[in-house]
Amino acid sequence: MKNFLTLISGLLFGFGLLLSGMADPAKVQNFLDVFGTWDPSLAFVMGGAIAVTMPGFWLVTRRNKPFFDDVFHLPSRTDLDARLITGAAIFGVGWGLGGFCPGPAITALPLAAEGSLVFVATMLTGMAASKYVLHRRDSRV
Amino acid sequence: METEFTPLLSLLGGGLIGASAVLLMATHGRIAGISGILSRMLPPTSKDRSLPQGLIFIIGLLLAAPLWIAINGQAPLQTVSSNLPLLALAGVLVGFGSVWGNGCTSGHGVCGISRLSGRSIVATLTFMSTGFVAVLLLRHVFGS
Repeated sequence: MKNFLTLISGLLFGFGLLLSGMADPAKVQNFLDVFGTWDPSLAFVMGGAIAVTMPGFWLVTRRNKPFFDDVFHLPSRTDLDARLITGAAIFGVGWGLGGFCPGPAITALPLAAEGSLVFVATMLTGMAASKYVLHRRDSRV
Repeated sequence: METEFTPLLSLLGGGLIGASAVLLMATHGRIAGISGILSRMLPPTSKDRSLPQGLIFIIGLLLAAPLWIAINGQAPLQTVSSNLPLLALAGVLVGFGSVWGNGCTSGHGVCGISRLSGRSIVATLTFMSTGFVAVLLLRHVFGS
């Protein structure tokens, strides 16, 4: 049951991305292209997602614990640091250039466009590189 | 390249993404942040109980497009650039930046904003702004 529900979560997420058009990099880039071929659809995706997630999170976290874990793993940090801003800024540049972010890129992978395969390969490399740098930095302190 | 404005489908698809995030929170108490789930699987790995569940979630993501094709009889509409060096660069930046900044569009943009996290709101505004500038430069300054 546990594994089945996790699989359903992944499927729902991927299906949502496909239905909303977000697995199409052209649509994402057009959202960012306000002075060109602007397509505001992405704002509706975020709106729809937040409209469900906000009350949903509130409701389920009122329970003592999740169904298959002892605690809710919620981020507790509230400070703004340079790392957050730098990381988000770098991420945004790549997102604009490629029109892909991690969820849509993985979802689009089975469609096997050459560009998606290249993007996912270098994305995973970038993630590992970032982890490695952070790991070394933290273990030096 | 123009794409069709799809407010209703996008709203509906967004709702499904939200339902997925709520389901993951209800069952495992985890944020549905794709960059976090992916990067936890990559080296250097730490002992993490959530790893097998993360893998199953990713398998679900990968099964979505084949299932879509099985149901609709055709592949979803998609235009991926054939500029491979550009996509390679974009991938590195997205991968590096999402781990460095603790999240991507799903973790910060959907889950974080839904929790009214100040960090996620700032991160989302930041990547929207730099993404906007990147597309502006790509299409209108250096573009054909």
